[in-house]
Amino acid sequence: MAERLNVNPTRMELKRLKTRLNMAKRGHKLLKDKSDEMIRRFMEFANQNKAQREQVEKELKSALTTFVVAKAVSDDAVIQEAVAMPSKKVEIELDSQNVMSVLVPLISVKESQEGDKYPYSFSAVTAELDESVEVMGGLLKSLVKLAEVEKTCNMLAIEIEKNRRRVNALEYVMIPQLEETIRFITMKLDENERSTVVRLVKVKAMIAEEVL
Amino acid sequence: MREGKIAVIGDKDLILAFKAISMEVFCADTKEEGEDLVKKLAKTHSVIFITENLAAQMDSLLAKYKTKAYPAIIPIPDGGKSNGYGMRGIKADVERAIGTDILFNKED
Repeated sequence: MAERLNVNPTRMELKRLKTRLNMAKRGHKLLKDKSDEMIRRFMEFANQNKAQREQVEKELKSALTTFVVAKAVSDDAVIQEAVAMPSKKVEIELDSQNVMSVLVPLISVKESQEGDKYPYSFSAVTAELDESVEVMGGLLKSLVKLAEVEKTCNMLAIEIEKNRRRVNALEYVMIPQLEETIRFITMKLDENERSTVVRLVKVKAMIAEEVL
Repeated sequence: MREGKIAVIGDKDLILAFKAISMEVFCADTKEEGEDLVKKLAKTHSVIFITENLAAQMDSLLAKYKTKAYPAIIPIPDGGKSNGYGMRGIKADVERAIGTDILFNKED
């Protein structure tokens, strides 16, 4: 049984509590709907996140493996020099998008190619590096996309958790409390009413006795 | 709409590969170095990739950055093997949101 609120059992208080109860019920319904929809959206993102991560991890693994091979066959300084001045310029633009009133990131990549695809002289390095740079270049978009989706998932998960706490607080604490208090006040008022009636009947009987 | 920068944190050998595609790379070998870098870069960069080995060590720090849209700190596998930290992150998200992991279980 829920604890009842510490209020005076008056008609005014009863009216106030009834309004609050209505509000709480409406809020609960809305939050519950919000939670359902957020979970649906979250599952979409989570599935996408998983697929994206699997793909990125696979590709990154092969790219890094070739890179390690390239590093092994060439001199360290040569590799450092080769990648020191990338030919591509990468800029990202940040925006935010509203998913169920959670502001999640929206990232777009702008690549601009300057000069050659490979920023080094072919005479200095081996073919493995070419391959690695090529794959890494293609991976950039997926990496940024992964960042976007994964962050969205993180934020939605946190928001869903918060929302669930709100729903539960309303459902299991606030609404039972209000209902219990309303019941208490109604009983008290009814009891007062009955005692007034009894008193009136008694007084009337006494008056009638005196007159006789 | 504003512009942002991408940073990569990891051990020296691997991050060079990211330099080739013009990301800004920062080298960190220990947990302390990594944490300092993350704190510093969080102010200037909006997307930070961090190798899984490092990320796994500074879990509590990374959790702080999860509530805001930027910076997005994303673990990436380092080298040949992935220790599954990234996938565990997704799993944790699903568990947090749904209460149980329905994404990975159904395939087992």
